[in-house]
Amino acid sequence: MKPAPFDYERPASIAEACRILSEAGGGATVLAGGQTLMPLLNLRMSQPFILVDIGRIAALQGVSRGGDGTRIGAMTRQADALADPLLAAHLPALVTALGHVGHHQTRNRGTVGGSVALGEPAAEMPAAAVALGAMLELTSVRGTRKVPADGFYIGPYMTALEPDELLTAVTYPDWPEGHLVLFREVARRPGDFALVGMVGAAVVEEGIVTRAGLAWFGMGPTPIRMRQLEAALVGAALAGLDAHALAALGVADSAPFDDHHASAEYRRTVGRRILARSLREAFALKETA
Amino acid sequence: MSKHAIDLTLNGQRRSAGVEARTSLADYLRLDAGCTGVHLGCEHGVCGACTVTVDGRAVRSCLMLAVQADGCAVTTVEGLAAPDGTFHPVQQAMREAHGLQCGFCTPGVLMTFAALTGGEARASEEELVSAMSGHVCRCTGYQGIRRAARALAEGTVGAGAGAAE
Repeated sequence: MKPAPFDYERPASIAEACRILSEAGGGATVLAGGQTLMPLLNLRMSQPFILVDIGRIAALQGVSRGGDGTRIGAMTRQADALADPLLAAHLPALVTALGHVGHHQTRNRGTVGGSVALGEPAAEMPAAAVALGAMLELTSVRGTRKVPADGFYIGPYMTALEPDELLTAVTYPDWPEGHLVLFREVARRPGDFALVGMVGAAVVEEGIVTRAGLAWFGMGPTPIRMRQLEAALVGAALAGLDAHALAALGVADSAPFDDHHASAEYRRTVGRRILARSLREAFALKETA
Repeated sequence: MSKHAIDLTLNGQRRSAGVEARTSLADYLRLDAGCTGVHLGCEHGVCGACTVTVDGRAVRSCLMLAVQADGCAVTTVEGLAAPDGTFHPVQQAMREAHGLQCGFCTPGVLMTFAALTGGEARASEEELVSAMSGHVCRCTGYQGIRRAARALAEGTVGAGAGAAE
């Protein structure tokens, strides 16, 4: 199918993009990499009046380091992020997750910010932002506000982003060197949206877990942070960890549903297994049950 | 429904055109530029048949608007072979390995391989096979394509090593 007609604008600056979004009064949709939006347009599931292409705004490109962590400009292509030395050094969990986003060909166009802003519940980038404690920078003619990724997601493709706002950057706090990466996903084919997936990071100091951030994707209407699991992990000694019990705690913070891909029960079962495996692998735990 | 003037380099030639905002790069290439080697399967980014290179990178031309290609260098399968018809190495590899059956997915596969093996790019067999996840061959002729990928990675195209086992 072909998209319904729309007007196209290609602003050269963030200010110009925000002005167009403000004047459009909700009738505009932002086009970043287009790898999710273009299918929605082609299938006419989305029919905006104006498409605002932010692809040529230089200020939205690239990865940088600052006092509050690693900042990724919203238009940074997934393929570029995947190959970025700063991200490899500071955010290995994010890089691992990026390798599972779509295919080589879609990562060449798709952006980190676009995926974070869209809020597909089975996508890797929103869950990684939640798990790693990212802050989202939302800019409009009214100014810039910072919103934690945890709390940004309201429902499938529904976020706290106002119609006149543009996601301009995602900033991930630092995790200490040598922190543990947890990532697993189950999909029918490589590049498909995950049926069930989990991503996170943890810090172990002298046998004690001192920090943990974990989130599900494909396990509910939004990415879901595993609060109970995080609370159980932090302060716990590695020697006393029971991966099986911890995984059940992780699943307790999920809200999967039945759809034509899989049942909620299947998702819970697979989620429990991949989480238990991931915990065992990351913390070098013995098989218990 | 805005209209836009675009200038791009298509298969080495400068082109100017006026396109409707909603025209995909794939439709522009097929219907306006006559590059019917760009195949459209699913039109939502899953099948990979429409893959072309834009500024040297393999992308889905159905998931990009023609207006977004303004100022870019686009190569389609028509731009692979030399003007005298000599095959590009990826074409030669696919031929030697019997990497195609009905041929519908082939232009897309060729463009992905060309982007990953041309010039400075030296993808490993593993990287080429991984990038194949972005292509669907409904003849399920993947083993031939895989042999072509191996020959490209090992640099044995033209040495006969890619022939059917």
